[in-house]
Amino acid sequence: MPRPRLRLDMLGYLLRRLVYVVPVAIGVSLICFLLVHIAPGDPLVAVMPIDATAEQEAEMRAAYGFDKPLPVQFGIWLGNAVTGDLGRSIATGRDVATEVTRAVGNTLLLAAAASVIGFPLGLMLGFLAGYLNNTVWDRGITAVAIGGVSTPNYWLGMVLVIIFSVSLGWLPSMGAGPGGSGEWTWDWAHIRHLVLPAVTLAVVPMGIVMRTTRALVADILDQDFVQALEAKGMTRLGILRHVARNAAPTALSVIGLQLGYLLGGSILIETVFNWPGSGYLLSVAILQRDLPTLQGTILVLAMFFVALNLIVDLLQSLIDPRISRA
Amino acid sequence: MSFQILTRRARGLALAAALAATPALALAQGTLRVGMTASDIPLTTGQTDQGGEGMRFMGYTVYDALINWDLTSADKPSGLIPGLATEWSVGEDQLTWTFKIREGVKFHDGSEFDANAAVWNFDKLLDDTSEQYDTRQSAQGKSRIPAVASYSAVDDYTLEIVTKTPDATLPYQLAWILMSSPANWEAKGKSWDAVAEDPSGTGPWIMESFVPRERAELVPFAGHWDETRVPKLDKMVLIPLPEPNARSAALLSGQVDWIEAPAPDVIPALQGNGFEIVSNTLPHNWTWHLNRLEGSPWNDINVRKAANLAIDREGMKTLLGGLMVPAEGFLPPGSAWFGTPDFKVTYDLEAAKALMSESGYGPDNRLAVKALISPSGSGQMLPLPMNEFIQQNLAEIWIDVEFAVVEWNTMINIWRAGAADESSQGAHSINFTYFIQDPFTGLIRHLSCDLIAPNGTNWGHYCDPEMEENFKAIRTTFDPEEQAKVLQRTHEKFVNEALFLMVTHDVAPRAMSPKVKGFVQAQNWYQNFGTITME
Repeated sequence: MPRPRLRLDMLGYLLRRLVYVVPVAIGVSLICFLLVHIAPGDPLVAVMPIDATAEQEAEMRAAYGFDKPLPVQFGIWLGNAVTGDLGRSIATGRDVATEVTRAVGNTLLLAAAASVIGFPLGLMLGFLAGYLNNTVWDRGITAVAIGGVSTPNYWLGMVLVIIFSVSLGWLPSMGAGPGGSGEWTWDWAHIRHLVLPAVTLAVVPMGIVMRTTRALVADILDQDFVQALEAKGMTRLGILRHVARNAAPTALSVIGLQLGYLLGGSILIETVFNWPGSGYLLSVAILQRDLPTLQGTILVLAMFFVALNLIVDLLQSLIDPRISRA
Repeated sequence: MSFQILTRRARGLALAAALAATPALALAQGTLRVGMTASDIPLTTGQTDQGGEGMRFMGYTVYDALINWDLTSADKPSGLIPGLATEWSVGEDQLTWTFKIREGVKFHDGSEFDANAAVWNFDKLLDDTSEQYDTRQSAQGKSRIPAVASYSAVDDYTLEIVTKTPDATLPYQLAWILMSSPANWEAKGKSWDAVAEDPSGTGPWIMESFVPRERAELVPFAGHWDETRVPKLDKMVLIPLPEPNARSAALLSGQVDWIEAPAPDVIPALQGNGFEIVSNTLPHNWTWHLNRLEGSPWNDINVRKAANLAIDREGMKTLLGGLMVPAEGFLPPGSAWFGTPDFKVTYDLEAAKALMSESGYGPDNRLAVKALISPSGSGQMLPLPMNEFIQQNLAEIWIDVEFAVVEWNTMINIWRAGAADESSQGAHSINFTYFIQDPFTGLIRHLSCDLIAPNGTNWGHYCDPEMEENFKAIRTTFDPEEQAKVLQRTHEKFVNEALFLMVTHDVAPRAMSPKVKGFVQAQNWYQNFGTITME
């Protein structure tokens, strides 16, 4: 098999994909901006006493620029965002870029831990179930996968807290370390804060990866080339290596999507465990109609999705040369 | 990489010296970890956000006002006491107030508080041309002192404030305004963002460190001017825990020692595990504000009184696990301004039905009303089951309630927009909850003619000349005892005319570990944490 090489057409593809990021970023920001303005509510509620007078409300509206037409407000925000200035949170007054960076860092930590738990387990069990297709083992593992996908993770989180934090007292129920996420270090005092949210977060992706891998492996094992390899006398291990290689691109694509889910979809988990990540930041920003924080967080998360998709596409090409990205 | 904003300051020497000299600190006992309901650390620069909780944990801890609330007693409603001002009086023109500033008061940074510092703080909120004007603090503070027209320092220890019109409620208004250190602001490059990370007030606690959205750590200020308020604890850690289950789990698993507002259904489990539930009467109101525009059925006093007589408040108390004070009027029972209303707010279905019949309603002529409610929100307690309970109660006297459910942020906007605004969806009432600690927030803002929404929060567009006279009298009666009588008279009118559906008052439940000792829960939104020790 020829060694994969990054050809010129691949470089062109990469550049084209990077250029596409610009309209995606603007589109995501515009949709987010419009959704927040369509939804009822007012960002000023977070910064004014509820009995502020109409006169004071008008003053504050002007001070925060909400008296300007929507296209102008969006244009100002976009102009600043291009220079890396995501504005200031209406609710906290703090720099959004700093807030988002801190929160995304915490979410990355959680997502990485959940990935380490969920993806290898999903791949191994899925491979085993596919290989032992239609056996008791397959049915047992499939049941676990369906259970993982079907269990509401916020419910699972609360149950784990009741068992391991409240009843047994083994693990903490909330927070990102004894001194907060700012003092994170890789010692047990901090890692123990990560265990329950990471396990809870890993369950759904693990189930999805498990089911996908099982279906892929079972399907590939039925293909003609496997019989041909067997007829040639290849060892079982050698055949499984071929199966794994054929299953890898699709499994990788699913893992990429699930990684995106882990980064952006942990609102409930972060709320249950009071984990100071981007999901928690988003949920608070939504409740407070904190437009700059919402815009900034969603933009950064959208860029993560774009980057992940791109990386997965490129990796697929490298693993399977039949996939052309030219 | 560390994101923690450490704010340990160069006051170590002063603290160390005070530590040695002050008996209170020699008794320093333990760290108290508090799970707040807020989703973030309240604004730290002086004028806090996050409502009553912000003032409780970051306001009256780190700062003082010219006039403070007395937080020493659990047995009687809090009154005003001297804070950074030792005495005050109003001149014969009833407009010019003179405040004697307490001498020898130091900010945490070592600078001195005087009348010039007070003027500087008023500018911070009211003068948008001043260097120290802060939009965020102004947003929180300006509407609290509507009476103030001008202010000046007569000398270092004499402050003069002139009001726009005679207003005897000025002391209550000033109890909102917290004093930040001008010297600290200067030292931080005149940046409120920098001050937020390392604030300086005159209060009994110093904010030592701060991680946004995660925790703030407060340590005692040994140099506080009132020795009795110097904290006995070594440290108090504030942790935002907005999710009720996460708060309860944190307490049960020993990660915090104290949580605010435990969910009522978790309280038996907390008590079963040895945790203590502490609560007390609170100047809080859970009511339905009534639409008084033309055509509203609530314009009929019989209907208003009947609805108030139809609410089974004791039944609702059972629903809430005992954590409420059934309303006997608009203000909580025991309030110094309650008076002696003739109309008794009780549960009397027969009397309620008789009143409805008198107005022509009955089983064959039912009254349909629309009510705005929210599924959750600040001070809302358990709004959905409580409102459904009321719906069932009112159905018994032939009032059919249709709910329009809106999210709390939207509800606040609707409250400010008023009953006539399109956003109110033609509703006949709005279930709102709030702080009623002073004459303005307690009484005036709800029914004053000049505060009809959207100018203020008179949602229902009520306007009555006699009530206006009462409000005027509250503002022009400078003798506290006489003023209390006017307030009582006003409240009696609130109740006798059943101007609201008066349902309940919250009791501010908080759950704490048995290790927490010495806490006295004042009948106030703010609390004194100085008496607490950890066993």
